[in-house]
Amino acid sequence: MYQSTLVAEKDIMEALELVQDPEISTVSVVDLGMIEGVKIHDSYVSITMLPTFLGCPALEIIKKNVVEQIQSVAGVEAVEVLFKTAPPWTSDRITEKGQKGLKAFGIAPPPKHFTEDGSWHVDCPYCGSTYVTLDNIFGPTACRSILYCKSCKNPFEAMKPISNLM
Amino acid sequence: MSTNAVEMTPAHKEALAELLFQLADDDFLLSYRGSEWLGLAPHIEEDVASSSISQDTMGHAKMYYGLLEELGYGKIDDLAHGRSAKERKNSILVERENGAGYYMETPRYDWAYAVVRNYFYTLAKKVKVDSLKKTTYQPLAEVATKVSMELFYHHIHWRTWFTQLLSSSDEAKERMNKAIEGVMADFGDVFSYGNASQSFKEFALIEDATVLKQRWEAALEEVVKALHIESPIIQQPDRNGRLGEHTEELDRALSTLSEVYRLNPAVPW
Repeated sequence: MYQSTLVAEKDIMEALELVQDPEISTVSVVDLGMIEGVKIHDSYVSITMLPTFLGCPALEIIKKNVVEQIQSVAGVEAVEVLFKTAPPWTSDRITEKGQKGLKAFGIAPPPKHFTEDGSWHVDCPYCGSTYVTLDNIFGPTACRSILYCKSCKNPFEAMKPISNLM
Repeated sequence: MSTNAVEMTPAHKEALAELLFQLADDDFLLSYRGSEWLGLAPHIEEDVASSSISQDTMGHAKMYYGLLEELGYGKIDDLAHGRSAKERKNSILVERENGAGYYMETPRYDWAYAVVRNYFYTLAKKVKVDSLKKTTYQPLAEVATKVSMELFYHHIHWRTWFTQLLSSSDEAKERMNKAIEGVMADFGDVFSYGNASQSFKEFALIEDATVLKQRWEAALEEVVKALHIESPIIQQPDRNGRLGEHTEELDRALSTLSEVYRLNPAVPW
């Protein structure tokens, strides 16, 4: 006899909300806009994810954490996580909750606009000042830049804008 | 019209694999050379920036090797580490050593050479990737779209170094001009497709190399004009990496980079 277990998409999404970025404990993979699709067949779950950056070394860790978290959902027997490049991940996929989470961690959310020469502006995540300078467009991870706030004298990071216009 | 791997004829698949090997090996070798600069760049912010670019570039190589894995050409790690110099399809430019000395001992690497090589290569990569967005092989078009977003920042970075050093002191200009000469001496095969030009065209994988070369020259001309230096012209290659013709510098690179892999190729890492 074959017995199917009903796994609800809502339960899967709630579980995914608990998978944090390995380096930023205040945002989840859902907040970052990395989840592209969830498919459920009986007790089998397949999740499609989008890498933020192609060379990001955290992808395998994230994948492992997603598998572990989904396996703990009642009724789930098998989990598959696939990374896809289409649609490409863009920084506007970060949700409002994600933007708040980044700020709470001291990382400015990605700017919504940038000019043709690639320049862009963010405010200081600590004091909100606009009086900031860009130290390095490249940062400690592929997705971040290093900035400095001239008002509160704090160095801080920002998520790099990544868009279809590039 | 887009195609998928299942419907492909053997000739079509072979042409696609040839292109993927050229793209993958180029990015793989250049990112390896970039990694040798780690801890040696002129200042700490540049160390962060150039190593981040190398990491992105290694990620791009991984995507191309991944497409080859999907086509049945072997596993990503084996393709990256297990192939001999003769099997490599990268251009001569990316296999060249960073300068005199060995990075574990007393490296005397040349930053001017690093800047010119990275800028000219990145511009060539941009021209190719823009063309690949329209390739008939959809999975490659998707990878190209994503790569070009990351490349946007690499391009700005190297162009900034290039224009700043060439607008700087006499010594900087002299060293940069020498570096341009050195880079251009190896640039002949960057836009070469080896023996595959005809098949790339037949299956509409990428535009003609002559067209891409012109785009590269035109884009660079705008930049160098403002710096009052002559436009670099791409010469015919003496040696063509796309045909598996390489230098001893590639042998040395492969022997170093595959050292751990060769200890036990079955171990995933």
